[in-house]
Amino acid sequence: MIATPESSQYELRPKRLADGSVQGDLLEVSMGPQHPSTHGVFRMDVVLDGERVVKLKPVFGYLHRNHEKIGENTTYLGSMPYTDRLDYFCSLTNNWAYALAVEKLAGLQPPERAEYIRVIAAELTRLQNHISLVGFLLQDMGAMGTPLMYAFREREKILDLFESLTGARMMCNYMRFGGCRCDLPPGWLEQARQVADEFPRFLDEFEALLSENEILLSRTQGVGVLSRELAVNASITGPMLRASGVNYDIRKVDKYGIYDRFSFRVPLGEHGDVYDRYMVRILEMRESLKILQAALREIPEGLILDPKAKLRGFRPKPGEVYGRIEAPKGELGFYLISDGSPKPYRYRVRPPSFINLTILEDLCLGHHVADVVIILGSVDIVMGEVDR
Amino acid sequence: MEPLDQIKARIEAAVPGASVEIVLNAGADGQRSLLMDNPHALAVARFLRDDPSLRLDYASNVTGVDWLDAVIQEKRKVKQVIEGVEREIEETTEQRRPGYLEAVYHLYSMELKHGPLILRLRTGNRTDNPRVPSLTPVWRGAEFQEREAYDLFGITFEGHPDLRRILMWDEFKHFPMRKDYVEPNDYEYEPTPHDEVLEKTKRHYPA
Repeated sequence: MIATPESSQYELRPKRLADGSVQGDLLEVSMGPQHPSTHGVFRMDVVLDGERVVKLKPVFGYLHRNHEKIGENTTYLGSMPYTDRLDYFCSLTNNWAYALAVEKLAGLQPPERAEYIRVIAAELTRLQNHISLVGFLLQDMGAMGTPLMYAFREREKILDLFESLTGARMMCNYMRFGGCRCDLPPGWLEQARQVADEFPRFLDEFEALLSENEILLSRTQGVGVLSRELAVNASITGPMLRASGVNYDIRKVDKYGIYDRFSFRVPLGEHGDVYDRYMVRILEMRESLKILQAALREIPEGLILDPKAKLRGFRPKPGEVYGRIEAPKGELGFYLISDGSPKPYRYRVRPPSFINLTILEDLCLGHHVADVVIILGSVDIVMGEVDR
Repeated sequence: MEPLDQIKARIEAAVPGASVEIVLNAGADGQRSLLMDNPHALAVARFLRDDPSLRLDYASNVTGVDWLDAVIQEKRKVKQVIEGVEREIEETTEQRRPGYLEAVYHLYSMELKHGPLILRLRTGNRTDNPRVPSLTPVWRGAEFQEREAYDLFGITFEGHPDLRRILMWDEFKHFPMRKDYVEPNDYEYEPTPHDEVLEKTKRHYPA
């Protein structure tokens, strides 16, 4: 952290107090890009008045590889494994969002069993994303190691399921246009049921340790408050939006896939602070478990791929489409324009964590540097998706 | 949500002078969009956000599209009298369409839970007039996404509070998402004084 008054682009002014005394200069600090709390290569240009944040500009793009350009230069199916690399925690939901957009473009309908597999995969993804987020958030707060390791122990069980289903722990590349790539391996459902049955017990233990913890409460309550109006106007989505009390869950609104068959509630926050964002994620995990239990119970036998779907030589008719799903971090959308060729004319990803960063400055103003770290943690960013 | 034609009529009634055009979509989804004229775009956006039966308070996706100069072939059937007999002949007309950049907005309503309504804004051309009005004053969520469209497509959003490059580095000169962008052979290339120095040396030591 170096202060460079000469090279500063900000106006440096000593602050005068009411009695006429001078409090000192503003300090410009560059937090990141190699900062353990920034969850990747992310930088914040922070102007500090003592410990308080006066100005904050997020700077990113260090991981930019122009995913959209690459998507326009490859076939529709060729982009599928590359969507895994967007939000590398949640490759299965990324796959689903992309498959959903292409299915809308080409008019394909996945068979019943594939829809159930998708729901199971997506809810497992949500579980492991939220639990590792909570682990990281506590790590940022100074609870070194233990909560994160507890969370990663549970996440590993889910990643084992992904590995036996798709062959990869994180880069799953599992969905196809009009279904899924392969059927469930023998015994997978029993394994998944066991994980789903054991998870609530772990959550109870986790919550007993954390949710009423004195330090957690004092560090998070009233910190980084996001108002309802600003959240809607700034296109915030996902758990962050719902923590501010807006009831908007795309699983309920769009009812994509077969989400209309499951009964689950949408947890909402009241204050929109970091604690509410933490709590909404914990409650969302419990709702995910309900969906998961129901889906694992009701999954039928049958095909896993639409017989009309063409994997090779796939050329959708000209047109455009916007498909979106409720990914663990917010609304993940794909906007595609087809000109009738095997490659999309326009391939656009609407990344939730990129847009959720819009209001980072508003959340941090007036808080301490140490709070900036946990506010950023509660936004839940993944640089693979922010930078694309 | 009410049908698009009705929305179009209501916009034209509410914002005097605004001309709105419906853009068709041939895809399986068939979601049509509204093309707005640039001078009235901000007023139309305010109307769409504040109208009680629309309440499109949430700008979900904002992006750019690059359309190059193109020749559009149109086939129509024309009746012609040939040798005293009336016949139908297919006639092909070719039309040059100058290229433009397009900003696309996908709007939803969080309050009334409907959508999407797709808005399009077009620039005059791709070279010296890549301008559209910014809708960030209406929807804050467009702030970073418009910056991204500026960064990658070179669309200048007039009235944007902080229009800087966001993903590429500040010194970068081109717009990589444009269709005619040519990648450099060597991204790491930096001009060095090497050639200049060699020239000087040559002058210093005449052959």
